Amino acid sequence: MSAAPLLEARGISKYFGAITALRDVNFHVMPGEVLGVVGDNGAGKSTLMKILSGLFTPSEGELIFNGAPVKFGSPKDAQKLGIEMVYQDFALAGNMPIYENIYLGREPGTKFGPLTIVDHKRARQMASDHLDRLHIHVKSVEQNTEDLSGGQRQAVAIARATAFDGKIVIMDEPTAALAIKEVGKVLDLVRSLKDHGVAVIIISHRMDDIFYCCDRVMALYQGTNFAEAELNRTSRNEVIGWIMGTKGHTSGLAHDNMH
Amino acid sequence: MSDTPAAKPGFGISRPVLSKFLEGYGIILVVVVMMLVLALIKPEVFLTAQNLTNILKQNATLALLALGMYVVIVTAGIDLSVGSVMALGMVALAIASKAGVPWPLVLLIGPAIGLAVGWVNGVGLTVLKLPHPFIMTLGTLNVARGLTYLISNGAPISGLQPEVRYLGQAYYDFGIFPPPAGLPASLIVVAVSAVVLWFFLEKTNMGRHIFAIGGNPQAARVSGINVDRTLVVVYMISGFFAGLSGLLLAGRTDSGFPNAGLGIELDAIAAVIIGGASFFGGRGTVIGVLAGVLIMGILRNGLNINNVSAFWQQILIGLVIIFAVYIDVLRRRAAVRR
Repeated sequence: MSAAPLLEARGISKYFGAITALRDVNFHVMPGEVLGVVGDNGAGKSTLMKILSGLFTPSEGELIFNGAPVKFGSPKDAQKLGIEMVYQDFALAGNMPIYENIYLGREPGTKFGPLTIVDHKRARQMASDHLDRLHIHVKSVEQNTEDLSGGQRQAVAIARATAFDGKIVIMDEPTAALAIKEVGKVLDLVRSLKDHGVAVIIISHRMDDIFYCCDRVMALYQGTNFAEAELNRTSRNEVIGWIMGTKGHTSGLAHDNMH
Repeated sequence: MSDTPAAKPGFGISRPVLSKFLEGYGIILVVVVMMLVLALIKPEVFLTAQNLTNILKQNATLALLALGMYVVIVTAGIDLSVGSVMALGMVALAIASKAGVPWPLVLLIGPAIGLAVGWVNGVGLTVLKLPHPFIMTLGTLNVARGLTYLISNGAPISGLQPEVRYLGQAYYDFGIFPPPAGLPASLIVVAVSAVVLWFFLEKTNMGRHIFAIGGNPQAARVSGINVDRTLVVVYMISGFFAGLSGLLLAGRTDSGFPNAGLGIELDAIAAVIIGGASFFGGRGTVIGVLAGVLIMGILRNGLNINNVSAFWQQILIGLVIIFAVYIDVLRRRAAVRR
């Protein structure tokens, strides 16, 4: 791991009319790092992630990618740098096959004026090679994604995020909508992304997720930085305390004694 | 993640392949069955070259409207303005033709008006952020119809240049069919339109984006697809076909009449839905749309030649529409259960 952050955000604020969603938030992620982001509902996690992925522009503050300041006008700008977001609700088109979802918006083919003639055969081959690389098994890349299980859909969404040399994958509650038996598979997939040198940012409410696959965890509270730590220097209860906006008061919780 | 159950055997063909085939092409079977039934009941009328020519000619305008409507419905939208656009294009080009405007320019008037109204629909929808395309296109339905009456003073215009009439009126008998029968030029217009549209929707990135928008607009947006711009193009396509259908209708009737196409947008919607496209967006085929048009056309023709009153025809078509949408609902329910 190099010493310089891959992506950094400095002094980010975001206002929606009179509402302040984020206030002077600082953030960074290192190359190949798995970072957990926690916080209560409304803490600003999703807003921060949408800023990092180019869906929102910050009201104040700057983004620095690989040491250089960057501005994102749309998710496409972020994608060009290899920053990809996997959405909570999968953001797949259920009426379309797996391979088309993976390359949606970036179809391989021949440019022809403003249009691209899509090379469906090549897209199928590329998709199936890419899924193999990530050890994701599906019956056929021609299956519509609405015919897949929640875990398979999440896997396709992650495959989509890494299909074009993704350097950073942002996941918003990747396990929230999954059956329990599928959660482990998705988290294993997160770890295998790390093995491929991809930095992963995970928003999650589930301590099991965070402690299973993260290197570091940071907490937001009411739109501000609250705390952060390397994972091996904190505990579940401390992190749960951060979510609730408390520091250092949690060691006596009954919850502690269960482990 | 291979925890889906193994495919169940059935008829020697795998279930998904069979159901995909039926979903895509089952509708053609319906057309064939309808034709067989009519051929058995009234062979002496239905199977004549003249009657078949008529079915194709009469339904060419509806086919073009339905093709345009299909693209809109794929995005889970609707375009109520197509009938008025057809009439506006028809009347405008009739006026221009009477005024002696060179015919190559007259040919462009219908499609150009269609593109313009489609652009207004698309921009109105995306820039004004109206809640549903129903509203925007209901507005332009009235505006375009009003303009049609305004420029024509509400009176029909007849007597067009022969070149302007050609696409709507000509047919090729190849020396085998007794006149007036043969391959209508308007059928060729429909066929070329269908092939071009099929290629656009299936083989180009923008076509795929249109399906993605219909399937999950949020997914399309976060995939970096410019949804608004794509929607503007979609409504322009629908307008273009409406204008083109105005040209065919003007040619076939050698006139421009301001009442043309009143309510035909509903027929176009019906044909698209009967053809298996989903009203909820994201699903359908070009071939299905053409089959939907033929089903409506053959049904009307069959009832006509069997002397069933126009009133009963309307009742039957209404029932067919409800049945077709019910099939769509069943299909969606099955998809959810899977």
